[in-house]
Amino acid sequence: MYLLALKMLLGDRAKYIMLVGGLTFSSLLMTQQNGVFQGLLSWTTSHMRNMRASIWVVESRVEQVNETKALRDTDVNRVRSVDGVDFAVPLFQGVMKARAADGSDKQVQLIGLHGGTLYGRPAVMVDGDISQLRVPNTVVVDELAAQPTRLGAGLGRSLKVGDTFEINDREARVVGICKTERHFFGYPYVFTSYDQALQYAPRQRKMLSMILAEPKPGIPAEEVARRIAAETGMKAYTVPEFERSTVAWIWRNTGIPASFMTTIILGFVVGVAVSGQTFYSFVLENLKNLGALKAMGAGNGLLAGMLLFQAITVGVIGYGLGLGLTALFGLAVAQSGQPPFKLVPLYLVQTFGAVLVICVLAALFGIRKVARLEPAIVFRG
Amino acid sequence: MTPTASPHADGAVRVRGVIKTFGVGDAKTVALKGIDFSAAEGELHLVVGPSGCGKTTLLSVVAGTLDWDEGDVSVFGTRLDGMGKGAVTRFRRSNIGFIFQQFNLIPTLTLVENVSVPLLLNGAGRRTAEEKAAQLLKQVGLEGRGNKRPTQLSGGQQQRVAIARALVHEPRLLICDEPTSALDSATGHQIMDILSGVARAPGRCVIIVTHDPRTYRYADRITEMEDGRVTRVLDGAALGEFVSMTH
Repeated sequence: MYLLALKMLLGDRAKYIMLVGGLTFSSLLMTQQNGVFQGLLSWTTSHMRNMRASIWVVESRVEQVNETKALRDTDVNRVRSVDGVDFAVPLFQGVMKARAADGSDKQVQLIGLHGGTLYGRPAVMVDGDISQLRVPNTVVVDELAAQPTRLGAGLGRSLKVGDTFEINDREARVVGICKTERHFFGYPYVFTSYDQALQYAPRQRKMLSMILAEPKPGIPAEEVARRIAAETGMKAYTVPEFERSTVAWIWRNTGIPASFMTTIILGFVVGVAVSGQTFYSFVLENLKNLGALKAMGAGNGLLAGMLLFQAITVGVIGYGLGLGLTALFGLAVAQSGQPPFKLVPLYLVQTFGAVLVICVLAALFGIRKVARLEPAIVFRG
Repeated sequence: MTPTASPHADGAVRVRGVIKTFGVGDAKTVALKGIDFSAAEGELHLVVGPSGCGKTTLLSVVAGTLDWDEGDVSVFGTRLDGMGKGAVTRFRRSNIGFIFQQFNLIPTLTLVENVSVPLLLNGAGRRTAEEKAAQLLKQVGLEGRGNKRPTQLSGGQQQRVAIARALVHEPRLLICDEPTSALDSATGHQIMDILSGVARAPGRCVIIVTHDPRTYRYADRITEMEDGRVTRVLDGAALGEFVSMTH
């Protein structure tokens, strides 16, 4: 009977296409928007993945990695003195204006790494040698910064090792090109030594942005972070803790999650409305046939099962198509990285669950009608 | 007129004192007013009467597709009153075949699939059901057309498919609602010939609700109704006289 139920639905092409179309659109909206949202959330913590430090020590009011409140230079030594800390280094980070060859100003995320260790350096160098940062007035830029539309402007090509540009009227000579994950604010990365960064940045009373620390071998980072916080009064985060804190901050303080959630919920509502209405009209048009089946001895349970089977089948097809279109979108934006996009398997499963809920709700409208249907209806003209 | 005593009173279908009302308060309508009715095995029994007299309601009660308020109904010795809805549905599924005025074939299914529905409902496998359905289609003169859809057939052919569907699971009682009213005269007679043959099979009974006087001559018995009551039951000579008068 379930196969016949499917044939009944497939035979009504218009309704079938409408149902699959509605569910495809709904799945697309939910998965694509979720993908962009997850991509955006991933950007908020990309800074940590680019720097790869174990413990991040920040001013006590800092809650997320993209925020800086300057520390005193002496705070580095206070952290170094905490039991369990293998080493701790200063980090400068700030948004600066850099001047390209054509005279245009471009904003960049300037990172000043400890010159001795270069702890926090990017993982992948595309060209050049990062150890050259120990030479004065040198920088390593990421591929985004090197683009002809960014710091390569005026050169008619991407920046190369040996090219120069200016940061706050000071020369910056490129000694390397690296790969990074895109920063939440969208600024390209320019790495230099901590001392050099202080030369590039406008002078302020306190210049130390953060302290990066490494625990001694065998001591958990969580334990060392707890000790640093207790002994210095600063906040010390491990990477997972800082990621959670950053994402939580975004949820609390920006309209981004609400905006995406609204669209995702809208996708769900559109799915329920379109498929519910279409399915209900399919049931109404087949009421006589369903009545005949009921008269012939089909119970309410069997008919409900048939309607659910029909609804879930179109749900699976619609979800598959929606997911396919989302994947195509992902492929299309993968090259440029804009907008950010990340498909998280757990959320795909959740979206599939949401589509199934839509199908069950859509079927329920019809099941309710069929359950109340008197089989005697077939004898009335 | 008083109903005549039936020689088949202990037969296939027995209805005693059935009352059925629709609506409540001012909108209350009594469709069946304590009706008695019976049909015997091997009988083609017509229920006739003007529109709104309660024929279809009686048919629905006998078929177990409509609850009634008072009275007893038994079909082949099984009392339907007091049975749960699920039990009535199961009984109907295996013991009753239906032929509807508008055929009620599912347009998106092939003829074989339509005819196999009662067997599938009774738990038969798909292959078995379709083989049996093809046999029945052959019996009603539609051999080789099993893969067509109902919309590709004429009204008479569709009604033949409906007959095949009604008979495929070998029910003992066949319930027919105006089976010829949507058909031309010649096709109507062909359908009645088939139903007449079905009724003669041992252990089977055919009840037809109809307005169509062309069908009267096929009847073994006719129950005439008016205003929710049986006004007379005709068989034997009285039936012959009635048929010749209405022709």
